[in-house]
Amino acid sequence: MDVLVFFINKVLVAGTVLGSIYALGAIGATLIFGILRFAHFAHGDMMTMGAFFAFLIALVFYHYGIYLPVPMGFVVMPLAMLLTIAVALGIDKTVYAPLRRRGARPVTLLIASIGVTLMLQGLIRLFFGTGQYSFFDYGETKSIFRIDMSWAGARPITFTQPQVLMVIVTVVLVLILNFFLTGTRLGKAMRAMADNADLAQVSGINTQLVVRLTWVIAAALACAAGTMLSLDVSLKPDLAFNIILPIFAAAIVGGLGQVYGAIAGGFLLGFAETLGVFNWSTILRPLAGVLPDWIVIPPDLSLVPTEYKLTVSFVILVITLLWRPTGIFKGAST
Amino acid sequence: MPLIEVKNVVGGYGGAPILNGVNIAIEQSDIGVIVGPNGAGKSTTLKAIFGLLKVTSGSITFEGHDIANALPDRLVPLGLSFVPQEKNVFTSMSVEENLEMGAFTRRDDISGTRDEIYAMFPVLKEKRRQPAGELSGGQRQMVAMGRALMSKPKLLLLDEPSAGLSPRYVLEIFEHIVTVNKAGVAILMVEQNARQALAFASRGFVLAQGANRFTGTGPELIADPEVARSFLGG
Repeated sequence: MDVLVFFINKVLVAGTVLGSIYALGAIGATLIFGILRFAHFAHGDMMTMGAFFAFLIALVFYHYGIYLPVPMGFVVMPLAMLLTIAVALGIDKTVYAPLRRRGARPVTLLIASIGVTLMLQGLIRLFFGTGQYSFFDYGETKSIFRIDMSWAGARPITFTQPQVLMVIVTVVLVLILNFFLTGTRLGKAMRAMADNADLAQVSGINTQLVVRLTWVIAAALACAAGTMLSLDVSLKPDLAFNIILPIFAAAIVGGLGQVYGAIAGGFLLGFAETLGVFNWSTILRPLAGVLPDWIVIPPDLSLVPTEYKLTVSFVILVITLLWRPTGIFKGAST
Repeated sequence: MPLIEVKNVVGGYGGAPILNGVNIAIEQSDIGVIVGPNGAGKSTTLKAIFGLLKVTSGSITFEGHDIANALPDRLVPLGLSFVPQEKNVFTSMSVEENLEMGAFTRRDDISGTRDEIYAMFPVLKEKRRQPAGELSGGQRQMVAMGRALMSKPKLLLLDEPSAGLSPRYVLEIFEHIVTVNKAGVAILMVEQNARQALAFASRGFVLAQGANRFTGTGPELIADPEVARSFLGG
């Protein structure tokens, strides 16, 4: 039973958390690809920026001694989302829109977004330095929940309050997005433009409006993902830049342009990475007494060392591309 | 005054002009058909009307409004609608959602128009929840026409509506076009099945090298021996 609890703690909880972050990031990346037809490399840094906005606003509350039963990071998230949206729209207006008007090719926009990455990272370091921050260094405590398993003679299942809230927020955001895309006129227009931009234009759909809406949604989700990631681990300037590659892998595995694909891809890679670094020898340890002497269970049986966690995503990406080049949900092939 | 008047239009995609002086005039009751050899600028003329390529000289007026180089999001509310030849449905969206997208510029209740389209194409009502990408070529063409009609246009532009369809569907689509026209929508279409289309055209335009060669009623053009010899395959 101990083994099962260990598995739940190490794989189920950690995989769900990582999967939620990847999914929220991948939805934004896949939407931008679907509508604007380029890989938005600065997406990770938009997440980091959103997290820093949330941190700044939270600091104001801490300063006035305001503490709530839930982590401040979650409470201020809507405000941080608004700021992130404003910056994303500003960047689109000043960087990407002029390029689009000149008929720039996707690769040009991609390079421009690498420029935006450097710019955002520079700005963040300019104001916050290169160190790490935590929301929980200012008098707020991270509550830990334990589900008692003593009736089964096992250690408790543990997870933190931010982890629970993270899953709830992710589910709520996905449900809202789903309602928007399938139930509203503008949401359908967005899907129409991702499906066939020329026909959307011919139908009289205001494509400029759809582009702005795409940034609004992508930036809001990026801010949520970044803030929640920083609440789970810690806040640093390269917080989400480090996970931009698995996020794109998730979007591609799910099928570029496919929102539900991005969610599936995000959770698939989140769990795969967690399972990849999971030390299987702990699960086999109870067998030690049963096995003959000449079989020794090595102390570390994880598939890849923790530092190489990212390789798991790429192995899955390569397999997907070989087996189904357009992704699980049949997205764009470019 | 004609519903739409295209006068001496010159235009292209930025390089050498493709259209070198096209003239088209259509009344509200007309079915206009543009025919001509490949590369004559037939589809390009429709695209020029719909703001999809640059008009460098000449004029396009619709009910007195100057619409040269106006973009679709202005043209659709004015009463123009366009069915492209290829990729003319949203493949990942349901039939019903395709129709809704056609009505994007309308803010009033669209259910009446939708029911009229379902009455015209009963098969679409049956398949209204299916993604348009799963439909046959003929059914897709119906979705494409239905989508364009959802904005309640005064003028419907159709780019080769019969392309790639089996002869049975060609006839059916042509019958639908005549029905739509009888309901009060002017039609301007490009067709490869020139003889068949001109037979029911009240205005026919033979284009060659980006300019008008012959203009007349459909039956007049079919009867013209020179048109028949050069453009209708004898």
